Amino acid sequence: MATRIDVSGLTAYYGKFKAVSDLHFSIEPKSVTAFIGPSGCGKSTVLRTLNRMHEVLPGARVEGRVLLDGEDLYGPGVDPVNVRRAVGMVFQRPNPFPTMSIYENVVAGLKLNGARKKSLLDERAEQSLRGANLWEEVKDRLGRPGAGLSGGQQQRLCIARAIAVEPQVLLMDEPCSALDPISTLAIEDLIAKLKSSYTIVIVTHNMQQAARVSDTTAFFTLDKTGDPGRMVEMDKTEKIFSNPTEKRTEEYITGRFG
Amino acid sequence: MSNEPDGLRKGSSRNDAPVATAEPASSSDSARVSPADAFFKNLTRSAGLGLLVLIAAIAAFLVLEATNALSANTGNFLTTTEWFPNSSPPFFGVAALLFGTLLTAVIAMVIAVPVAVGIALFITVYAPRRLATPLAFIVDLLAAVPSVIFGLWGLIVLVPRMEGIQKFLTEYFGWIPLFATQNSVVGRSVFVASVVLAIMILPIVAAISREVFLQVPIAHKEAALALGATRWEMIRTAVIPYGKPGIISASMLGLGRAMGETIAVALVLPASFGISWKILSPAGNTIAANVANGFAEANTVGRGALIASGLVLFIVTMIVNMIARAVIARRREFSGAAA
Repeated sequence: MATRIDVSGLTAYYGKFKAVSDLHFSIEPKSVTAFIGPSGCGKSTVLRTLNRMHEVLPGARVEGRVLLDGEDLYGPGVDPVNVRRAVGMVFQRPNPFPTMSIYENVVAGLKLNGARKKSLLDERAEQSLRGANLWEEVKDRLGRPGAGLSGGQQQRLCIARAIAVEPQVLLMDEPCSALDPISTLAIEDLIAKLKSSYTIVIVTHNMQQAARVSDTTAFFTLDKTGDPGRMVEMDKTEKIFSNPTEKRTEEYITGRFG
Repeated sequence: MSNEPDGLRKGSSRNDAPVATAEPASSSDSARVSPADAFFKNLTRSAGLGLLVLIAAIAAFLVLEATNALSANTGNFLTTTEWFPNSSPPFFGVAALLFGTLLTAVIAMVIAVPVAVGIALFITVYAPRRLATPLAFIVDLLAAVPSVIFGLWGLIVLVPRMEGIQKFLTEYFGWIPLFATQNSVVGRSVFVASVVLAIMILPIVAAISREVFLQVPIAHKEAALALGATRWEMIRTAVIPYGKPGIISASMLGLGRAMGETIAVALVLPASFGISWKILSPAGNTIAANVANGFAEANTVGRGALIASGLVLFIVTMIVNMIARAVIARRREFSGAAA
């Protein structure tokens, strides 16, 4: 199920503005990769190119190649809808569908895929909620609105919704930035657990979080406002946080810049 | 749609709930209210009370006028289909008028609402920005045009061209009772009146639906897309459910306009009194059109009878609105108000 990602020559634009320029990197299967860097360096943009969510915004486009187990997501004839079914995403702010119950939220993706059988949906809903460490908290109120949960629970509900369709890769865009420390801890535990099944890429502003959850860390920066973001270096997390190769990285993680 | 605070919205805000829901400071602050505050408070209060008094006065007047006519009535006001309030003894009932009002309004809704929602969805979701901006402007502009203008256009341009459609419907779908006819098809039918009404209410329903769809948070749309939804699936999962209370409200506004519309219907329908489901036949009347047709030559009882029919329209409109509110309230916690 887990999948490696190879990115080459990736450049992303918002209209005329070049947000990130000519990136080359690879992500190992069943690993957690963290993207860190100052605001505006393009780390979220890069994340959104990995499931073709970037191009949803008007005027946004991408150049270069993103290979998912050797298959180019941006190849001719590739339907972005199929890409997004294979590469799940969790957003910065929890965004359960407010008009749906907890249960309906979890199975929303399955229903989009055409699953209708009640027994299958029930089974996958429980499995996904257990997977997201949420089952025990919500099993007695699956029919209640998803938006009635606490922020941390909502975010785990969104993770359950994302993994219910059994994607190959899970992208997380600052999944804890709107959460309190206890909910953050719950999500981090969950990431550690999900790593055994999924390739995970997480964008975070919190360097401690990157150090705690990730195997590999990529540091992005931009030289000045208006310049495209670039990847300074990408290496094993312990190396980035103890002995980075680049001086910029060291300055950033020690808090002297950014 | 609602500004009520929701303490369960986020875990972190739970602790703040007692503070956030504290009583609005009115009694404790009254000691240091500035003159301007007091003036404004009294101004708004008298405006609010004035409205209530006005409504009560109108209702009292209508009920009084209507009661005189109703006590003179020799028929049953609710079940009689004939309308002879000016003869002696007066004999009239609102049944046929009410039926015609509801039938034309409902058919108008069935035609207008899907088209209006489609227009709104096209503008907000499908159209490229170059096209969406002028289109939205035009729809808003059309919504501001008095509906009688559309009615006149419908009468002059549309009605003469409706004959073919009506013939087609009765020829191929005549086996459906609704489309059967007992006599020849001419322009002046309930169906044509409904189409004219549909055109009248289309812009307002479309304009409000567009506003509603614009309110759908990008986060919900992106959530659907990220699950691998196509654009239509995104609309079905995120946009329409979120906008549903708004669509219902817009439809109710349109329904109110359709039920209250006078001149266009009066000009189209032959003002016959009878209850028939055959919407292609030249027959039918509505409460509002009947008032317009009959008020000028009505005597005292006749006028009271028309006022009584107006009261019925008032009550029906209120009931429809209450049902709509109940439908919205039933799913309130799922409405997105909490998110």
